[in-house]
Amino acid sequence: MSALNIKKGTTKHSAYNLRPNFSDVDERHTLAILVDNEAGVLARVIGLFSGRGYNIESLTVAEVDHTGHLSRITIVTTGTPQIIEQIKAQIGRIIPVHEVHDLTIEGPSVERELAMLKVVGSGDKRLEAMRMADIFRANVVDSTLNSFVFEINGAPDKIDAFVELMRPLGLVEIARTGVAAILRGE
Amino acid sequence: MKREMTGAQMVIQSLRDQGVDTVFGYPGGAVLPIYDEIFQQNDIRHILVRHEQGAVHAAEGYARSTGKPGVVLVTSGPGATNAVTGLTDALLDSIPIVVLTGQVPAFMIGTDAFQEADTIGITRPCTKHNWLVKETDLLSSVIHEAFHVATTGRPGPVLVDIPKDVQFANGLYTGPKPATSRYQPQLKGDIESITELVAAMETAKRPVFYTGGGVINSGPAASQLLRELVDATGFPITSTLMGLGSYPATGKNWLGMLGMHGLYEANLAMHGCDLMINIGARFDDRITGLISAFSPNSLKAHIDIDPSSINKVIRCDIPIVGDVAHVLEDILKIWKTRGRKTNGNAVTKWQSQISEWRKADCLGFSTSAKSIKPQFALERLQALTNDHDRYVTTEVGQHQMWAAQYLHFNDPNRFMTSGGLGTMGYGFPSSIGVQMAHPSSLVINIAGEASWLMNMQEMGTAIQYNLPVKQFILNNERLGMVRQWQELLHGERYSHTWSEALPDFVKLAEAFGAKGIRCHDPADLDDAIMEMINYDGPVIFDCLVEKHENCFPMIPSGKPHNEMLMGDAETQGVIDSKGSVMV
Ligand SMILES: Cc1cc2nc3c(=O)[nH]c(=O)nc-3n(C[C@H](O)[C@H](O)[C@H](O)COP(=O)(O)OP(=O)(O)OC[C@H]3O[C@@H](n4cnc5c(N)ncnc54)[C@H](O)[C@@H]3O)c2cc1C
Ligand SMILES: Cc1ncc(C[n+]2csc(CCOP(=O)(O)OP(=O)(O)O)c2C)c(N)n1
Repeated sequence: MSALNIKKGTTKHSAYNLRPNFSDVDERHTLAILVDNEAGVLARVIGLFSGRGYNIESLTVAEVDHTGHLSRITIVTTGTPQIIEQIKAQIGRIIPVHEVHDLTIEGPSVERELAMLKVVGSGDKRLEAMRMADIFRANVVDSTLNSFVFEINGAPDKIDAFVELMRPLGLVEIARTGVAAILRGE
Repeated sequence: MKREMTGAQMVIQSLRDQGVDTVFGYPGGAVLPIYDEIFQQNDIRHILVRHEQGAVHAAEGYARSTGKPGVVLVTSGPGATNAVTGLTDALLDSIPIVVLTGQVPAFMIGTDAFQEADTIGITRPCTKHNWLVKETDLLSSVIHEAFHVATTGRPGPVLVDIPKDVQFANGLYTGPKPATSRYQPQLKGDIESITELVAAMETAKRPVFYTGGGVINSGPAASQLLRELVDATGFPITSTLMGLGSYPATGKNWLGMLGMHGLYEANLAMHGCDLMINIGARFDDRITGLISAFSPNSLKAHIDIDPSSINKVIRCDIPIVGDVAHVLEDILKIWKTRGRKTNGNAVTKWQSQISEWRKADCLGFSTSAKSIKPQFALERLQALTNDHDRYVTTEVGQHQMWAAQYLHFNDPNRFMTSGGLGTMGYGFPSSIGVQMAHPSSLVINIAGEASWLMNMQEMGTAIQYNLPVKQFILNNERLGMVRQWQELLHGERYSHTWSEALPDFVKLAEAFGAKGIRCHDPADLDDAIMEMINYDGPVIFDCLVEKHENCFPMIPSGKPHNEMLMGDAETQGVIDSKGSVMV
């Protein structure tokens, strides 16, 4: 199994888009980056973003190919089309980086994130929290007489909505994984 | 074939297999095993510098003047941190160097051991790539990969950090295998885009070539092809500071350098062109000035091996990712097969427009019988050294810009200067590296007194290795370039821009065992320069020049190309508050 099943050159945009549109409107892009899983590689990617003043909205990383020691980094970032192209080109220059893909352009893609929320309360609030969790298909992964830990996964905005609903119901702690994303279809 | 040897032996063997003849270095505890191996061989010459920053700049000079990578060996901790400025300099100027650092033993990393520094962490943002090698078996392949990465694609500095226990331990040596490296940047440009550029060249009315350091990085063939293309099309050509020499200053289409201190005709040609062909230059802010007013009516083509250079600052219409020599070859081939067409009449008109601009004589200056004008000093130096096999390095400041304006470079790899980082203290050690590579050539460092003092300890190196480098100091007793900005921007409040308490440079030369020459009278200048050239050994030439001369032309920061200050301009208040935030 290839760690990143995207054929090079399958779309017009798959390498670098050297003729981007030059709009000044910020866009949100999800990038999938395949890197050698070696010491310091994440520091190189993150250092690039901080050193050049780019945004990171979300970042996830895990080894996806244990024999080839390849990790997949998913970064959600924002910027004008020119900045987004610059970010991809800069990441592409990092020596342990194998491939950079812009899932937003190459898409459509599916984005998922997992979150765990600790909600403390009793009485009506507790019942309401349980009801909402049901509607959002969140699972209860831990409970005491006064608390729940809900596990929810879905697109980031679904999780945002669930978090907002839980706030008045006794939300005390949130852990989120950040976005993992993959292209739809073959 | 794999052979067993110690890590320290592997370092030497790898350098040998990479064809390295010279290493610039400074020893210390964490590299003792490697120094022990250096002692026991004669293939590789080690040059003992006097400061690790000097080692890196010397390696840069060696690299830029030969096209081969420069090699540096320093110890852990302070040895490594002293190399940081040089690494950053090489990164910004795309100079291939390989720096080997010693590190505390792997099992002590993280314990704040003696002379431990997080060298990999510190140098990550100032290298193209760096490696910490924790197993001797991996050492030789990492060093070979380091050479491959430093010299392939857009060149740059790399660093290999080698813990002392790895140097002592035995392991298996592997030779160089660059073809198996995953890092293989694209050299050929996209033919469709190249054809699009050729079509634009055929119809362009006001074309200009804007060339840069990438032509020199690409190698001598690139300069040859560039000359062929320029001469065949008749298009005017300008170059950045970093690209000087790739097209000869004697060539008839030569406009001179462009940019902040570039020539009037070059900047106006950039501003007014309808087709800009950028070959291996990176739209640096010294070139573009006010971005929104930069060459407003041109179609812009950009040839660069690094995709991140394209569209980074200036929006490009015809992007071509590839190596200069490869792309120029294809441009020539396609342009010839399509019938060598240019828009002849329009281009001739454009050339005569440029001739009009030339008449402004933007480098003209008034000479003086009483004091040496720095421009005059360089004009004389140019005249008296033109026929020599000459290499020039510079420090940073006004003298650097005057060197770019008044010295003529007719071949690539002849002009070594710190462009991107602007590192004062670069020129002297760099001249040492150049002289090492070209022992019988005339090597001159054009210096300001303030810059020169920043790495003056390298006099010891020049003397020890008998390197006849000429230190041509344009001594204005000022931090001249900064003083100029204070004059133009800060109401002539000259805050700390005097070079106070200067040494007697002649005595200083003599104290090191070199020759010192001082000159303050324009009438003596030619003789003094000849004395410098003819002396077989290092010389410090203290050229006392006019103290308040400003460097013109100048495009003030935040201004477009067509708003240039010329020599006799009214200079007060020309930079508005918006421009003054820029450097
Ligand atoms: C005080 C001071 C004043 C200055 N004033 C000026 C000035 O007036 N005018 C001026 O020009 N500069 C000036 N500079 C220098 C300036 O800061 C920049 O260093 C310089 O303009 C950059 O030159 P370049 O664009 O040729 O790029 P370089 O830094 O030489 O970069 C080379 C480009 O070519 C690409 N490249 C590398 N190898 C290849 C290859 N094989 N094939 C294709 N592409 C390749 C690289 O990716 C890069 O984009 C000044 C510097 C100082 C310190
Ligand atoms: C290491 C470093 N520190 C500070 C500067 C800022 N700076 C640029 S030019 C300059 C003055 C250089 O003076 P000098 O070497 O005498 O040259 P001149 O401009 O007088 O020709 C200074 C301080 C720099 N470029 N590098």
